[in-house]
Amino acid sequence: MSRRAYKTKAVLHKINLNGHEGFAKRHFFLQSLCGRFLFERYYMSFVNTKKLTKYLAGPGTLILVLAGAGLCCIRTGTCQVPFSMVVKTISSHLVHWPDPATIPALNHTIIWDIRLPRTLLAMAVGVSLSVSGVVFQGCFRNPLVEPYVLGASSGAAFGAALGIVFPAFFLSVQIMAFVFSALAVAMAYTMARTGPDTPVVTLVLSGIITGSVFSALVGLLKYLAQDTALREIVFWLMGGFYYAGWQEVRILFAVTAAGLGIIWASGWQLNVLSMGEEGAKSLGISPARTQFILISLATLMTAAAVSATGIIAWVGLMIPHAARLVTGPDHRRVVPVSAVLGAIYLIICDTLARTLTTAEIPIGIITSLAGAPYLFYLVRTRGGQMFGK
Amino acid sequence: MLKVNTLSFSYGRHPVLEDISFQIKTGELCALFGPNGTGKTTLFKCCLKFLNPDSGTVRINGKDIRRLTPKQMARLVAYVPQAHHCAFHFTAGQIVLMGRTPHLNRFFTPGARDRKLADHAMQVLDISHLADTAFNRLSGGQQQMVLIARAIAQQTGLIFLDEPAAALDFKNQIRLWQTLQHIAEQGTAILACTHDPNHVSWFCHSTVVLDRSQLLAKGPPGQVMTQEMMDRIYGDTCQVKDFNGLKIMVPGTVDPQSANVVAFPGTRKGIHQK
Repeated sequence: MSRRAYKTKAVLHKINLNGHEGFAKRHFFLQSLCGRFLFERYYMSFVNTKKLTKYLAGPGTLILVLAGAGLCCIRTGTCQVPFSMVVKTISSHLVHWPDPATIPALNHTIIWDIRLPRTLLAMAVGVSLSVSGVVFQGCFRNPLVEPYVLGASSGAAFGAALGIVFPAFFLSVQIMAFVFSALAVAMAYTMARTGPDTPVVTLVLSGIITGSVFSALVGLLKYLAQDTALREIVFWLMGGFYYAGWQEVRILFAVTAAGLGIIWASGWQLNVLSMGEEGAKSLGISPARTQFILISLATLMTAAAVSATGIIAWVGLMIPHAARLVTGPDHRRVVPVSAVLGAIYLIICDTLARTLTTAEIPIGIITSLAGAPYLFYLVRTRGGQMFGK
Repeated sequence: MLKVNTLSFSYGRHPVLEDISFQIKTGELCALFGPNGTGKTTLFKCCLKFLNPDSGTVRINGKDIRRLTPKQMARLVAYVPQAHHCAFHFTAGQIVLMGRTPHLNRFFTPGARDRKLADHAMQVLDISHLADTAFNRLSGGQQQMVLIARAIAQQTGLIFLDEPAAALDFKNQIRLWQTLQHIAEQGTAILACTHDPNHVSWFCHSTVVLDRSQLLAKGPPGQVMTQEMMDRIYGDTCQVKDFNGLKIMVPGTVDPQSANVVAFPGTRKGIHQK
C-alpha cells in the first residue's frame, strides 16, 4: 500500500473509531478541502449533531433571552405599545417593510427615536462595563476588582463636574468626562510604571491615589457650585440614560464592538495572565505588554460608557462573577457570557428605572439595589465551590 | 543546553551572585543545592529572564537569552514554580493546557492537538484522573505534579523546578525524583533547586553547589557531596554516612538518646522536657 493510501486509511479509521461511520468519507473530503489544521481545530469538535446542539444551546439561549428582554423593555413604559407594533416599527425602519407611512407617527417617535436607542445604549454600556470588569479582574488576579479601580469613575466625575460648573469654557459634559476618565487611568498607569514592568500592587495603589485626588477635586467643585449645578452633578454621578440618542449609540457601539472583539480573542491570554506575572512570562506571554493592551481597551470602553451615561456602579463587579458561576473560569467563555448578561441586566434595570415611579430614578441606585441580593444569593449557594478552597 | 557564564547579580549594593559559571547538558538531571539565602532562586530568576543580571551571560541552546522574546524563551525553557494558589478556580486540565501557550499564535486558542499533548503529559505523570478537579482543591503534592505536567506539555528542552519536593510526603518525594529522572532520560535537561542533600546524592546526575553567593562546586554528587563539603556548608551539623553503598546525610549534632523520647498522652513528658 502506498504511503498516502495508508495514511488515508488510518485517518478514516480514526474517524470511524469516533463512532460516525456513515460520515467518515465526507469528513475526510472536508479535511482535505480545508486543510488538516482548520479541520481539527473547528470541524472535528462538531462531529455529531448532539455535540453541535450542546455547543450552540448555551449561546443561542443567551442571545434569544437578550433579544426577548430587549423587545419587552422597548414595549414597556408609560405608553404601552403592543409587541406586534414594536416589531413592525423596527422592521419598517430597517427593511422598509411594512411601509413606514402605515405606522402612526407617535410610534415612530416612541419606539424608534426614544426607546430603541435607549435600550441599545443600555446594552452597549452593560457590555462595556461587564467586559472591562472581566479584564480588570483577570489582569489583577483579583475577583474583587471593578472597572473603576484605576480611577476611571472619579476622573469622569471630575470632567463632568467641570463641564457642568463651567459650561462656558468647556465643550460638553460627555467629552470632558471621557477625556478625564482616560486621563485618570493614564496617570495611574504612568505612576505605577517602574522600568519595563508594571507591578499589579503598585498599579492598584496608584489607581487609588488618582481616584482620591479626583474625588477631592469633585468635592471642591461641588462646594463651589451653584444650587442647580450641584443638583446636576449629583444626578450625573448616579448615572442614567436620559439623553440617549442615535449619535451616542453609534459611538458607543463602535467602541464596544471593537473592544469586545479583541478582548474575546485574547481570552486565552487572559487565562494565562491570571496565573501571575512570572507564571505568564514563563508561558511565553509578556505580562506588561498584554496587560497594557487589555487595560487600555477596557479603559476606553469604560470611559466611553461612563461619559455617555454617568457612573453606574456594581455592574462591572457583579456580572463577571455571575458569568463565572455560569461558565467556569475560562475567559474565552467568561467574556462573551458576561457581555450578554451585562446587556440583559442593564436593560432590565433601565426599564425599572424609568417605569417604577412617575419620575425617573437614577439607574445607579437600581443596579446596586437589585444586584446586591442577587450576588449574595449566588455566592451563598454556589460561591463555595467557585471561590473557596 | 544551558550555559551560564560569569554571571553576577546584586540587589542594590548587596551582592547575591558573584561570577557564577556552569553548564548543563541535554539529558542531565542537575540539582542546584545550597543553604537558605545563597541565591538559588535569584540564579533561577536570572536564567529565566525574570531578573536582569549585572554582568555575565546565560545561553540556552546556544542562544543568548537577552535577545529572546518571552515567547521564544518559553519554547526553550519551562518553569515549575512552587505550588501556588490561583485567583480563579481553573481545573488541573486547563492548567496543563496552558503549557501549550508558547506554541499558539496570538489570537488562537489551543486545538485538538494541544489537548492531546496535554492529556499525554498528564498520563506520563499518572494524574489523568485529576484533570477535572479544581487546581486549588488539590493537595500541594498534586499541584506540584500538575505543574510538572504543564512543563512537559510545554515541550521544552530544559525544565527549571523550584523546590519541587518541598511540599511532598516521603513517598511522593521519591516518586517525584524518579519521575524527573525518567523525564531527563527522554532527552530533557532539568535543573531543580533543593535543600535536601540526600535527594541530591540519591537521584541527581550532577549538582551545582552554591554558598554565600559563590559557586562552590559542580560535578557528580558522588564527588561533590562529601563530608568536607557538608562541613563547609553546614558547619558540623551534618554527617555523611554510607548505607549499603548509598550515601546518607544524617544530623551530626542530635543526641540519639533524646531523639527517641516519645510523648505519651497522660504522662505529660514530652520531647521538650527530657
